[in-house]
Amino acid sequence: MTRSLSSDAGRRRFLGAAAAGGLALAGCAATPAGPSIGRVVVVGGGFGGATAARYLRLWGGNVDVTLVERNAGFVSCPISNLVLGGFRAIGDISRSYDSLRAAGVKLVQGEVVAIDAAQRQVRLADGTRLPYDRLIVSPGVDFMLDQVGGLAAALDSGRVQHAWKAGPATLALRRQLVDMPDGGVVAITIPKVPYRCPPGPYERACTIAAYLKQAKPRSKLLLLDANPEVQSKKALFERAFSEHYAGLLEYRPNAELKEVAGNVARLEFEDVRADVLNVVPPQRAGDLARSAGLVNVNGRWAGVHWLTMESTAVPGIHVLGDATFSAPLMPKSGHIANQHAKVAAAAVIQLLQGEPVNPTPVVMNTCYSFVTGRDVIHVASVHQYDNAEKTFKTVPGSGGVSAAASQLEGRYALSWAENIWADMLAG
Amino acid sequence: MTPWMPALAAAATFSAWPALAQPAPDALLGRNLAATCANCHGTNGQARGEMRPLAGVPAAKIVAAVADFRSGALPATIMHQIAKGYSDEQIRLVAAYFAAQPAAK
Repeated sequence: MTRSLSSDAGRRRFLGAAAAGGLALAGCAATPAGPSIGRVVVVGGGFGGATAARYLRLWGGNVDVTLVERNAGFVSCPISNLVLGGFRAIGDISRSYDSLRAAGVKLVQGEVVAIDAAQRQVRLADGTRLPYDRLIVSPGVDFMLDQVGGLAAALDSGRVQHAWKAGPATLALRRQLVDMPDGGVVAITIPKVPYRCPPGPYERACTIAAYLKQAKPRSKLLLLDANPEVQSKKALFERAFSEHYAGLLEYRPNAELKEVAGNVARLEFEDVRADVLNVVPPQRAGDLARSAGLVNVNGRWAGVHWLTMESTAVPGIHVLGDATFSAPLMPKSGHIANQHAKVAAAAVIQLLQGEPVNPTPVVMNTCYSFVTGRDVIHVASVHQYDNAEKTFKTVPGSGGVSAAASQLEGRYALSWAENIWADMLAG
Repeated sequence: MTPWMPALAAAATFSAWPALAQPAPDALLGRNLAATCANCHGTNGQARGEMRPLAGVPAAKIVAAVADFRSGALPATIMHQIAKGYSDEQIRLVAAYFAAQPAAK
């Protein structure tokens, strides 16, 4: 720790002098008045990255923060299943990044093509180079398309949608559901764990089934799960399936998707024909994590030191959110990514100042899931850092799930979304 | 409180760290802990919508509410589960932090 601290401070002095000329030549914006404690580049403006950028500014005083995001605006995955069911519009889950700019974050819309960890700079597709003292990446997930035959082509054609990244794919899947005739078949496939948002596919089945029940009651929804059972809030989802969607929603465990051919989902022993086929693909850490050499667990996820969220593969780079190799019982959720970001923001500020980091961080998770257009269930957990095992562990006796679905929790779920969006975007 | 032993042991080592520049370690710890509540209760406790604001709420009131969530005296949908994940000392720090924040306008 001490070694990395002193090298951090030394590098900053060196780079500060070296970069001053480069920045002036490039005609970049002037650095803020007063001595900056350092430059932090954050890549990825989702729940992890946006929160990190916001909290670095909130907590860091004069820290120079640049957020690089490829999209012009933020679209939330949480609550997007309500858009699929027709209970909310895409505008309801979309937010601008302008409020982050007002909070002092420099926003760059662009695509990172390379990270040079030795030179400590990030290169964008347009040739821009962003030097950093500390880099935070929150690259989310990308899909393991080679695991399912025909899936890449099916997604490219638009015939099959994943809608596992909110935005155009959400709208495209919604359009397919609206266009489907009554009496049609919708199939949703779930990959083996781990994947982003464990309860998400089951919530999606519920909100789509709620739409079908009301608008196309002769239709059928098949939920094809590669896992042996419901992976989150099991009893509560099973109760919702039977209470609200009996005869409409059919849940099949151990039904792993092997191939997509036209509108047919090929399982191991069966072909399932669907009018609307929604494939949640198998997932790994986002492409950026891979190209930056951060993926060092199972060829799939980025290992981190949990006190700082710094990569165990590349010093100076902190990794947040779904891309990380999860601590025990820690879900890949937007809520957890937000919490990772706060651990990282606090640690990065202290590292830049040559101070010890917080040795006892805590993160917690809350995932609300809609089982109808307004009834909601939750799962919650609290994770304390365990110094002996160098990881976060859930606190025995804490956390849990709803006693039953309720409209009260439906109101809390929507308020949760408003609060976390504001927390991450300073809006 | 036995489940707390690892966390308490770790917390105890905190005092062995050299003093931080500014602000005091407890204040930073309180700030960091309170930030775990912000996803629902708003940044610095300035909640929106139906969530209960915590900014500017007297510390004793927050500490008492958490105790009542834990015991079941105060019915909750979720807070009884979350409250059991933090130690008494952590709750004290969180409460002190929120009490010092300006209430939302």
